[in-house]
Amino acid sequence: MNLEEYKGVYVFAQQVDNEISSIAFELLGKAKDLAKDLNTDVTAMLLGSGVKGLADQLAEYGADKVIVVDDPELKDYRTEPYAHALASIINKYKPEIVLVGATAIGRDLGPRVSARVATGLTADCTVLEIGDFPLQAIPGQEQLHNQLLMTRPAFGGNTIATIACPYNRPQMATVRAGVMQKIEPIKGAKAVVEEFNPGFTPDNKYVEILEVVKAVTDTVDIMDAKILVSGGRGVGSPENFKILEDLAEVLGGTVSCSRAVVDAGWKPRDLQVGQTGKTVRPNVYFAIGISGAIQHVAGMEESDIIIAINKDEDAPIFDVADYGIVGDLNKIVPKLTESLKAAIAAAK
Amino acid sequence: MKIVVCIKQVPDTKGGVKFNPDGTLDRGAMLTIMNPDDKAGLEAALRLKDQYGAEVTVLTMGLPKAEEVLREAMALGADKGILVTDRVLGGADTWATSTTLAGALRNIDYDLIITGRQAIDGDTAQVGPQISEHLNIPVISYAQDIKIDGDSVIVERQYEDRYHVVKAKMPCLITALSELNEPRYMTPGGIFDAYKQEITVWGRADLKDVDDANLGLKVHLPRSQKHLIR
Repeated sequence: MNLEEYKGVYVFAQQVDNEISSIAFELLGKAKDLAKDLNTDVTAMLLGSGVKGLADQLAEYGADKVIVVDDPELKDYRTEPYAHALASIINKYKPEIVLVGATAIGRDLGPRVSARVATGLTADCTVLEIGDFPLQAIPGQEQLHNQLLMTRPAFGGNTIATIACPYNRPQMATVRAGVMQKIEPIKGAKAVVEEFNPGFTPDNKYVEILEVVKAVTDTVDIMDAKILVSGGRGVGSPENFKILEDLAEVLGGTVSCSRAVVDAGWKPRDLQVGQTGKTVRPNVYFAIGISGAIQHVAGMEESDIIIAINKDEDAPIFDVADYGIVGDLNKIVPKLTESLKAAIAAAK
Repeated sequence: MKIVVCIKQVPDTKGGVKFNPDGTLDRGAMLTIMNPDDKAGLEAALRLKDQYGAEVTVLTMGLPKAEEVLREAMALGADKGILVTDRVLGGADTWATSTTLAGALRNIDYDLIITGRQAIDGDTAQVGPQISEHLNIPVISYAQDIKIDGDSVIVERQYEDRYHVVKAKMPCLITALSELNEPRYMTPGGIFDAYKQEITVWGRADLKDVDDANLGLKVHLPRSQKHLIR
């Protein structure tokens, strides 16, 4: 493999119901940084049926070029036609880097495509940067430059690993939703749009979609909440989340939780913050009875203000907290709720 | 119907983790459990067995100690256990793992392969889809319900805001969510029987159509990835 042949940063521009997913814009924002460091450009890969008109939006969020595969086989997501389209683009255009969102689509598509084009794939990255491999020069080993360094929490969040793919191309990663920053859209920006169709021949791998059932939900997605009151194992029991709900209600916030709480069956997975849950960046994040394992912090450290309440003064959560209260949450939280209630009433 | 469930013995990450000097996980030094998503996959297979009749084989790759997780699966109701273990397979990343398991699966008759969505140690969710690619069969990830319809499966495939009801011809691979079901408990009789049964042990030589360059830690060189724990 001639690594030099592989050029450019490519992004899978996920769309659902012909609406571009937020993750696609986030990936474009990151891709722009990486492309600048590598002195190359950003290409969005847009797959779907009747999607060509979405290319301008991708341009406004930073795509220099958009490759469109428009085919009725791509109407709703199915692994095989999407994997075929993406792998065909990779084989034809030879990108240096391919980024895919770590969504329910991307985490299925990414591995299937990486196996097809025979390259490595780093899952659920939270940091991407261009750097050297090895990180520090080792005598007797050539240090390679301009490598994609992909960072992700691993082993249940007990460590963070940085992974490189130095001897193969493309370098491929799935990236957590909500982690990378979109750019401010550039109104009227245009990209070079190129249509490409690799041809689709249905076989046994083309599954049949019998029905699409959309969820109807009245709960606030914790990724959209401005104030999150988050509880960990330290809350002690599912019933005791009541004191967190009271605090959230006074503030107009939403309750979320740590992985330990979901593992214990106290709260559903869609309320989980962290590497294996959701990445959130609210204005205010309360971490109550949460020790602050790396995997949790990875999902909330970008919050504007972090307030931690924990009885253990050495808990790592205090390293990322703006305000920390050491003590018994069962005493502190109700008092905080009462004080806030009084303060809000006084302000009226 | 023949179902193969791929299961993994994982460190119980709640108990903390230990590393080898080269940065890979020291699996020998930690408490272990059956990976929760895999356990849901096994339960799904056992329910299909109860409902439609099936032979359920559990397959794992790991240290010789991973036999424990096969015994557990057999105590729960799996009919056969296969352990793939060999020093040359150690330190495998997802590429090497999926290549190895595909090499083992080529020796087995199957209509359905079920894997967990992801393992709690790596959290990558890659091995299931990669096995399906190596075996050139359809994959349905994130299954929240599985039914059999003649020579096809009908699966509810979960997404963030919806699910698709998907039909695929067997053979096919499904990745299971731990939300899929509530795994059953072992019975004393089941445990007793599980320890009387033979477990098949395969090494490198038993894998079919697999290139050495794609196995174990060596893959770091041509294709795969290098960890730098910092």
